[in-house]
Amino acid sequence: MRRVSAICNGTVIDHIPEGRAVHVMRMLHIDGTHSNPISLVMNVPSSKVGRKDVLKIEDRELSQGELDRLALVAPSASIAIIRNYRVAEKRQIELGSELIDIARCSFFNCITQNRNEPLPHRLKVISSEPIEIRCAYCGMSQSVDEIVESLV
Amino acid sequence: MDLITMDDLTNDESISLLEDAMKLMPVARGLTHLPLLEGKVLGNLFFENSTRTRLSFETAMKRLGGEVLNLSEVGSSVKKGETLYDTMQMIEGYADIAVIRHPRQGAAQYAADAVEIPILNAGDGAGNHPTQTLLDLFTIRQGHGTIEGLRVVLVGDLRYGRTVHSLSRALSRFGASLTLVSPESLMMPQEIVRDLKSDGCDVSETSDLISTLPSADVVYMTRIQRERFPDEAEYEKVAGIYTLNSQDLTSSHSNMMIMHPLPRVNEIHASIDSTSHAWYFKQAFNGVPTRMALLCRSLGVQIPEVIN
Repeated sequence: MRRVSAICNGTVIDHIPEGRAVHVMRMLHIDGTHSNPISLVMNVPSSKVGRKDVLKIEDRELSQGELDRLALVAPSASIAIIRNYRVAEKRQIELGSELIDIARCSFFNCITQNRNEPLPHRLKVISSEPIEIRCAYCGMSQSVDEIVESLV
Repeated sequence: MDLITMDDLTNDESISLLEDAMKLMPVARGLTHLPLLEGKVLGNLFFENSTRTRLSFETAMKRLGGEVLNLSEVGSSVKKGETLYDTMQMIEGYADIAVIRHPRQGAAQYAADAVEIPILNAGDGAGNHPTQTLLDLFTIRQGHGTIEGLRVVLVGDLRYGRTVHSLSRALSRFGASLTLVSPESLMMPQEIVRDLKSDGCDVSETSDLISTLPSADVVYMTRIQRERFPDEAEYEKVAGIYTLNSQDLTSSHSNMMIMHPLPRVNEIHASIDSTSHAWYFKQAFNGVPTRMALLCRSLGVQIPEVIN
């Protein structure tokens, strides 16, 4: 059953783990201040993953860099770029080796806690399965929840 | 070349530095004049207090004919709100290499990213202290003739103790068995324990120091650092928890080494100072030859095969 209508142009992010769509929106800086229409469905049944969230963003094609951010919260999500109601491209999410200026380190005594320091925030991906992320400066581990709370 | 954590050195590079340090011993003692670093300037950036580390870097540089800028007063720039980034831009104009100690964890890596000159980490918060590790390894090699496959007990403040963070990592790569002795509130950070185990290191954790003494090759004591505790009451609960005196050592091997990065408070009783187990003062001196070797390597200066 289709809960929201098909979009003409834009990006569909499907198979987001149940309840994680809000994290995905935060990772993509979707906060209601942009003019694009956004459709969000949560906790819908899925034959593939049990329950899932789906996000449809009209009139905006997300870049690979933007999509790769999602590897932290929705590594198994499916991405489709829609043009004229058709799937024009399918894209894969890849977690690179480093997240640059995506989130700040959450450790209270890290040098990057000084907001005036100008160098980029760098989080290193130590392992993707299970996911382990550490600050490239202080070396402290960061949970996904901490990263979502500390987006730049 | 920077030295931020012990991961910046392979085992072969560490051994090579220790061998260079051994060659430089007569220079470190002032018995031989060898101006290998003449014309070079070291910026000693101490944003946090230090005695041994700062002085031994200064001695190392001067014994090799180099100059030293001591910038402990940069604290005033920090109070004025200067960023570390800006301070480093200034230092890069004045010095060929910089040593940095900073209360914030990650400061040394940040400084290294900010400038092109080599950066040596002399302690970043509760993070790492790799130049201390080099002198610790040098001292262990003096005492046991090797740094491979030893049974080492690390004692005290393993949570905030940057010396044991760097040392444990290095020893694990040289096949040590590590026993981590601390109260529950000062246990080794789990990131580090995970790394040690993934290196294949045999690691165990306990709060009982005395039971570890009979089988140890090295017992590395550390001070419970009052200044690292967010809460004074938490410090009082564990202050003075581990002390060693000469009677505790009756069941230890005769060549068991007791080490300490110093300063000590009451961790090692003075009755041990005159025993063959006491290595902590030699350890403090060893900061000079090891830091000489490191300064030369970082500045790309070759050490002669034979030093007369």
